[in-house]
Amino acid sequence: MARPHLRLASEAPVLRSARPIIEMKGVSKTYRTRDGDVPSLKPIDFTITEGEFLVIVGPSGCGKSTLLKMVAGLLPPSTGEIRVEGRTIVKPHSDVGVVFQQPLLLPWRSVLANVMMPVEVKGLDKAHFGKRALDLLDMAGLADFAHKYPWQLSGGMQQRASICRALVHDPKIVLMDEPFGALDAMTREKMNVELQRIQRATGKTVLFITHSIPEAVFLADRVLVMSERPGTIAGVYEVDLDHPRTLDVMADPRFVALTQKIRQHFYAHGGID
Amino acid sequence: MAHAKRRRSIGGFLQKAWVRPALLMIVLVILWDLAIKVFQIPAYQVPSPIDVAVTLYKEWPLLLREAVPTTTATLAGFLLSAAFGIPVAMLIASSKTVESYVYPLLVFSQSIPKVAIAPLFVVWFGFGIFPKVIAAFLLGFFPVVVSAVQGFKSVDPDLMDLARSMEAKKFQTFRMVSLPFATPAIFAGLKVSVTLAVVGAVVGEFVGSNSGIGFLLQRSIGNFELPMMFAALVVLALIGMILFWLVDVVERFAIPWHASQRHDFVVAT
Repeated sequence: MARPHLRLASEAPVLRSARPIIEMKGVSKTYRTRDGDVPSLKPIDFTITEGEFLVIVGPSGCGKSTLLKMVAGLLPPSTGEIRVEGRTIVKPHSDVGVVFQQPLLLPWRSVLANVMMPVEVKGLDKAHFGKRALDLLDMAGLADFAHKYPWQLSGGMQQRASICRALVHDPKIVLMDEPFGALDAMTREKMNVELQRIQRATGKTVLFITHSIPEAVFLADRVLVMSERPGTIAGVYEVDLDHPRTLDVMADPRFVALTQKIRQHFYAHGGID
Repeated sequence: MAHAKRRRSIGGFLQKAWVRPALLMIVLVILWDLAIKVFQIPAYQVPSPIDVAVTLYKEWPLLLREAVPTTTATLAGFLLSAAFGIPVAMLIASSKTVESYVYPLLVFSQSIPKVAIAPLFVVWFGFGIFPKVIAAFLLGFFPVVVSAVQGFKSVDPDLMDLARSMEAKKFQTFRMVSLPFATPAIFAGLKVSVTLAVVGAVVGEFVGSNSGIGFLLQRSIGNFELPMMFAALVVLALIGMILFWLVDVVERFAIPWHASQRHDFVVAT
């Protein structure tokens, strides 16, 4: 998995090590319903290394959100084992921050109070993390909106605030479940550039879920392609593009070739969505 | 110029929240007076608005004195229904078992007319304030429970996942997510409850009391003092309105963030 050209070209410090941080072994999920068992995810194995930006791309209902919920400890796997930093996950844990499809900001809390919610829940030092929350909001371009209420913000700003909330307690891993799916195309592109910058600056390990192929290739160190229900891994691709990436990278022949290659998976399987 | 200014001030006057219902009220009173004259309705059937107004003015001290026990009983019953209704709703919403046992019985109990069982409270609690408070409580309780259950149950499951992903404890989730989420629905229930509590208190006074607006109503009907009876009704409506308004004011302070309370809207990009 050595990619010296990427590391040499990167201006950001070398954050990636080969140390595995998330390990999945034979993880599957079957939902029990009245009409019998519905397999959502076939047994899968993969490993995410520290500081890696891994994007899972797949059609609707391929079990990718289920996968993310299992890593967050919100859902137990039916079989197999998930380990985060060597510990088996059986319930929600503090090593992760989760960003959901919707911003899910509490309307009765100001933006800052929303970002501080994990700190309050976990009983962490308010002075220290309060400063961190303000720094994060500043980084997300929301410094002037800290004391506003969520409904006074646009959709893109709300989602940025929810990313700050996922980062405030300094988790090693950030799980993102189609976080930009509800945004318009232009805002979405801007957010992708921002997120990539933030990930490079903080060195977080990111597991990101999307059904947009260009988004996946733009963001990822590695793209994991999933097939339709019940989900399996259809392919894994390393993204050989230099950092920091700008939107111009989308015209790069390597970018075009890789998106084409990934797209073929879905046409072979009857299309995406 | 002066003309335009005056028109604007009339427009502004019409914008005030209380002006429009007051105008409609005046129109209705005029129609009432006209109907009596046109259809020649005798005064022992429907009194004229002027007679009612005169009685209101003359008997104001008496009406005010009798309004005190009614209002006290209403408030006590209302506060009891809030104090019991919200926790009961929490229990029902949090446990399927509790819901399956309690909720159907609660609905069943609502079909029993309170007027029919009110005399029982007099037998149990005597002629004091207790039977009235119980009647007010029984009428006010149900709407609080129904609205609060609906509020607690409609909490976005994604928000619960969010709280869980932060390792929030049960009580933290309740305090930070469920309770604030349910508050607007609870207030909707409280508003219905407070007006029904007035009805409950009057029912209590009908069956066994020697004070209060309900007592006054019954006595004036018995004596064919219709202007007095109508004046008592006006006072009753005023009590209900003021209490409703009070709950509304409390709501505005309790949930300034809610969409129904937003007056200044800021659009940011």
